[in-house]
Amino acid sequence: MNSRTEVFLLTRTSPAVALSVQGLQKTIGKRTIIRNVSFDVHQGEVFGFLGPNGAGKTTTIRMIVGLIAPTAGRICIGGHDVRSEFIEAMRNVGCIVENPELYKYMTGWQNLEHFAAMLGDVTDERIQEVVQLVKMDARIHDKVKTYSLGMRQRLGIAQALLGRPKLLILDEPTNGLDPAGIRELREFIRKLAAEEGLAVFVSSHMLAEVQMMCDRVAILSGGEIVKVTSVEEIVANGVNRVEWNVEPVETARRVLAEALGADNVQQIAATKLIASLTQTETASLNEKLIGAGVSIYSVTVQNQLEELFLEITGGESIA
Amino acid sequence: MRNLLALTRNETLKVLRKRRFFVVILILLILIPTFVYGQYTTEQRLLAKVGTTDWRAQLQQQITDQEHRMQSPALPDEQKKIMQLQVEQQKYYLDRNINPKATGATTFTRFFMQYGVSLFLPLLVIVIATDIVSSEHSEGTIKLLLTRPVKRWKILLSKYLTLLIYTTLTVMITMVACYAISGLFFGFQGWDAPMFTGFQISGGTFDASQVKVLPHWQLLLMNYGLGWISTIVVATLSFMVSVLVRGTAAGMGVMLAVLIGGNILVQLAADFPIAKYIFTSHLRLTDYVNGTPLPIPDVTLPFSLCILGLWLVGGLIVSFITFTRRDVLA
Ligand SMILES: Nc1ncnc2c1ncn2[C@@H]1O[C@H](COP(=O)(O)OP(=O)(O)OP(=O)(O)O)[C@@H](O)[C@H]1O
Ligand SMILES: [Mg+2]
Repeated sequence: MNSRTEVFLLTRTSPAVALSVQGLQKTIGKRTIIRNVSFDVHQGEVFGFLGPNGAGKTTTIRMIVGLIAPTAGRICIGGHDVRSEFIEAMRNVGCIVENPELYKYMTGWQNLEHFAAMLGDVTDERIQEVVQLVKMDARIHDKVKTYSLGMRQRLGIAQALLGRPKLLILDEPTNGLDPAGIRELREFIRKLAAEEGLAVFVSSHMLAEVQMMCDRVAILSGGEIVKVTSVEEIVANGVNRVEWNVEPVETARRVLAEALGADNVQQIAATKLIASLTQTETASLNEKLIGAGVSIYSVTVQNQLEELFLEITGGESIA
Repeated sequence: MRNLLALTRNETLKVLRKRRFFVVILILLILIPTFVYGQYTTEQRLLAKVGTTDWRAQLQQQITDQEHRMQSPALPDEQKKIMQLQVEQQKYYLDRNINPKATGATTFTRFFMQYGVSLFLPLLVIVIATDIVSSEHSEGTIKLLLTRPVKRWKILLSKYLTLLIYTTLTVMITMVACYAISGLFFGFQGWDAPMFTGFQISGGTFDASQVKVLPHWQLLLMNYGLGWISTIVVATLSFMVSVLVRGTAAGMGVMLAVLIGGNILVQLAADFPIAKYIFTSHLRLTDYVNGTPLPIPDVTLPFSLCILGLWLVGGLIVSFITFTRRDVLA
């Protein structure tokens, strides 16, 4: 067996990779909107796609689901190239791109029937099942134009799940959901990944949301991937605001200033100091403080996800 | 194949549920009775003026006159043949006690197509045709439609088949509604009356060598068949516009401008050389069988059919290439 077929077999049979994106690029007119984007999404994981407005999340998703053609690069879903094996690739995908736009003049049920007919092998029982899954039983026979945004999101998800996909792609799914709805969706997505082994690809512009929902995350900024890591790692290496309640405050201040620089350390009350540092630094500094004979009454770490996010993405405004 | 059937079913259901076809039928059901009533009152007024009884005597007189003239040896054979046919036609009316000047349901139905084929029917057809693809874009549903495991050309083909179905239905409903409604006022008689067809203008002179006699119902069906071809061409071109633009209103605007502009062009500048190659100049295919000359000079039915066919094929090629290759950005 020569090496070419070996590589071919590897990419075809490896079950773990649900979605593989390699060297993706998109140029519209003279502007390059997406530049060399690569990542893999594995079966059973929730993968976040994080980036500020205009970073290129929706554009990437449109390429993944075959709505627009990449200028360069390759996208495989379940081992099938989206360009050359569109049908096989799309059999494995359920998606919502931007808003869940469905036919407003039809009922929820008629919409589901419409998309079931396009899949070919979906029974009425399966439609009933997904309706129950997204808890839309009560309103499913009403026209979609009478639905609230949250109900449309649910119907959109029901539609995406109809064909028992292996990969679920959701573009900012929490848009328009109330806090209870967001939480419900989060739990729902985690359940799908854990119990049914779905790979879920979720785009978002909120780090906090991604932190609660995702296993891994790709951070996109200005059309380029900044990094692909686990969410824990980002938080651990990100800068937090830490508040120490200590005594004697002078000794503590000296120890902290030595390690972090005098500018970084501020006294905000008689026994309270604050500084910005990463989680790992916090642990070692605590040891140093105790070593210097300082009593620590409390340490409060404030996750500054917003700042962290801005820092990672370069804090730029819309490109 | 099963797939295409399911897709076409989806599309026909969408058009029905959107109530667009209802609008078309509603327009027909309001306009036809209005026209019928208008025609009816005009005829009643005429009847009151002329009197009811003397049309038989007049017709008898005409027949005698014509038979007399046919005896003349100076008359060319061509002319004689036509007069012979006319006499036969007049005798038919006399025998069945039908006033040939009065409208029957068949005549009304035929006239409706004859006058409606260049503008009225195309307008009905574009209501559905310009909406069928563009609305998926304007409503955003195109994103779901094109991310299912179905090839894009199949989706477009199912939409085109749906359009063909509704266009055909529109033509059929027009005929049935015209016949039924006008029959109530004018009576259903006259469907087997002998009619002439096959008049030609060749080299600027009247050519009657191809003249044939047909029962009226056959002429009626020929009219509707040719009218159907014209409406299919208009539907296909509106379909192309629907693929190219992103909103129904924009598509309607474009098609209205083209259709009305084309009608004006035919009337104002019929001998403008390019007019011969524009599809709107050839929509009145029915003129070929009804013996009224087409507004543009030196054209024949095969030529018109060729031009319309080229536009149809061109429209389909543009539609399919654009739809299957285009990036869906918004
Ligand atoms: N049709 C288009 N033509 C040219 N540029 C476009 C087009 N659509 C999007 N863009 C550009 O591509 C970039 C990425 O847009 P995209 O919609 O993918 O961002 P996004 O990450 O989804 O943002 P958001 O969080 O606001 O949804 C933007 O700079 C945008 O201006
Ligand atoms: Mg977006």
